[in-house]
Amino acid sequence: MKRIAIVGGTKGIGRAVARLLAVRGDRVALLGRDAADLAASAADLAARAPGDPPATAVLDLARPETYDAALDEAIRRLGGLDAVVITAGAFGTQEALEADAAARERVLSTNFTDTIQFCEAARARLLAGGGGTLCVLGSVAGDRARKPVVLYGATKAGLAYYLQGIDLRHRDAGLRVVLVKPGFVRTGMTAGLPEPPFAANPEDVAPAIVRALDRGTPQIYVPAIWRLVMLVIRWLPGAVMRRVKF
Amino acid sequence: MLSGWGRWPVVPGHELLSEDLAAVTAGATLTRGLGRSYGDASLPAAAGARVAGSRLANRVIGFDPDTGILRAEAGLALHDVNRTFLPRGWFVPVTPGTSFVTLGGAVASDVHGKNHHSAGTFGRHVRRLRLRVGTGAIVEASPEVEPDLFDATVGGMGLTGHVLDLDVTLRRVPSPWITGETEYVPDLDTLIEKLLEAGRTWPYTLGWMDALGAGGRGRGVIYRGRWADAAEAGGRALTWPREISFPMAAPYWAMSPFGLRWFNELVLLRYGRGVKRALMHPQTFFYPLDTLLDWNKAYGKRGFTQYQCVLPHRSGLPVYRKVFQTIAARGGAPYVVVIKDFGEEGPGRLSFPCPGITFSIDMPVDGGRTQGVVDAVNDIVAAEGGRVYLSKDAFTRAEHYRAMDPRVDAFNAIRRRWDPDGRIRSALSVRLLGDAA
Repeated sequence: MKRIAIVGGTKGIGRAVARLLAVRGDRVALLGRDAADLAASAADLAARAPGDPPATAVLDLARPETYDAALDEAIRRLGGLDAVVITAGAFGTQEALEADAAARERVLSTNFTDTIQFCEAARARLLAGGGGTLCVLGSVAGDRARKPVVLYGATKAGLAYYLQGIDLRHRDAGLRVVLVKPGFVRTGMTAGLPEPPFAANPEDVAPAIVRALDRGTPQIYVPAIWRLVMLVIRWLPGAVMRRVKF
Repeated sequence: MLSGWGRWPVVPGHELLSEDLAAVTAGATLTRGLGRSYGDASLPAAAGARVAGSRLANRVIGFDPDTGILRAEAGLALHDVNRTFLPRGWFVPVTPGTSFVTLGGAVASDVHGKNHHSAGTFGRHVRRLRLRVGTGAIVEASPEVEPDLFDATVGGMGLTGHVLDLDVTLRRVPSPWITGETEYVPDLDTLIEKLLEAGRTWPYTLGWMDALGAGGRGRGVIYRGRWADAAEAGGRALTWPREISFPMAAPYWAMSPFGLRWFNELVLLRYGRGVKRALMHPQTFFYPLDTLLDWNKAYGKRGFTQYQCVLPHRSGLPVYRKVFQTIAARGGAPYVVVIKDFGEEGPGRLSFPCPGITFSIDMPVDGGRTQGVVDAVNDIVAAEGGRVYLSKDAFTRAEHYRAMDPRVDAFNAIRRRWDPDGRIRSALSVRLLGDAA
């Protein structure tokens, strides 16, 4: 039985991960902006996993002043904290973000500044409790700059750099960092986008994420085929990347 | 691009997926679930029309273990319901041959299963619906509150409104295992006789027929099942099989009559002669094809259709045979044929099942030939007073449909009351129910 706080656990991949954890008997706290949405997801988990209902706490990534209260509440309700999972994020296609400064600001700050600010707070709490796992969703888009996802990819690349760094710096103190790089997953975030090959559903990728969380695997691709795909894409020469559309 | 399970027809467009179904259905012309209806029931009436996707709205709202009533969002799949509640002794009251159907889709199609003769359709077990109707209002409907709207929504192909959440009574089961029997039958006469006989004592029954081999005389297998009691199950724990994906569309020659003939021979060989009894996994008994995800790709890029009709009992064997002779004469290839007897008709205003024998027949789409096959069989079905299952249909013409189902006008009148501007419609409602594109 682990005590796990999830940011973004009411939707998409986070929802699927929260269900797996709750059903196998972990104690889960859902952190998010909308109290009604948190309560509805807590009821869903409670119906699926008889036992103590999951905890909820209001957290807004864009407002660092909400971090302490939310983490305190999670630790109090769970009786400690073994892992923090962050699946929240924002997406926009390159065209949309180039056309809309407000959307650009939202994607850049949510995925980079806000997520890292919260990671810092969560990391400090985990280390204060003797260590633990910080599991964060990056993206295959952070592996190589590509035309359709320049800004989004840049936020995820920056986030990956940060996570690699805290792994180096705090591993000996007991911090385990898990960076998950999903390929195309059919969620509200990707709705309406043309589907590339190897598209997956949230429930398809959740088991691998939970496995990585348990083992403290520093980096995984989900579905696993994306490791190979990105290996190839990372090795393509710049001249080729300038020509291709993806 | 959007298509149903048959991968034909394919139309431009995409579904708007969201966990917030109430938000995403505002202004939408149609909601689709997992897209398991075969033809055009889940496709937009016109290119660019707003289609909401419900499958991310899959939260359980509550479950009462005293009554078995499950309240859930409409995008929750039967697959998920069973995996969550079967270990605790509950199963969906009625299930079609796939569990990849949402609760909302099960209501819209008023699905039936192997227990239709004993339990009716899915709609019989639904206690309450909350839906967004065409005016944009959110309305509650049940057999007591707005009963017309409720009955029109059950089996109404999603055309009365967007189902947001619902209450359905799950079935208490003594163990998660099935005591099943299979029996070889030499011809169609015996198959139907044994099917009706089995229905008198078994809650779940089904017939499978080899329409290709041995001159299409109708050799087949009868399946009978009931939930195993605790002693029969012997405390065996249930684990679910791992699902595997069908990688890509098969080449057109893969599903040839030649290949299928051998497949059918293998199936018959496996069941042998006589009666075999076994403790069966519910996945094997109810959803034999669900373990192979995306099996529709086996039919290749041209897609396939499943033609399903019901013929009244009075039609009898000569008419049933004429259906298969007609298909064969027109060059249709009836690859998989499933036969089931229906019990009483439910209150669903456009619901498919009515007393008689239903045949569901998988056929690859083959240019104009498929249209000719469906037209010819529909002539027979209309003349006999039978009807076709809209959730499977892609080829029936409006004239045939109207001749088969005089309930259409009354159904449309209820729709208009909740949707005076005719906002909610689908490619199917344009093709068959007289809606504007």
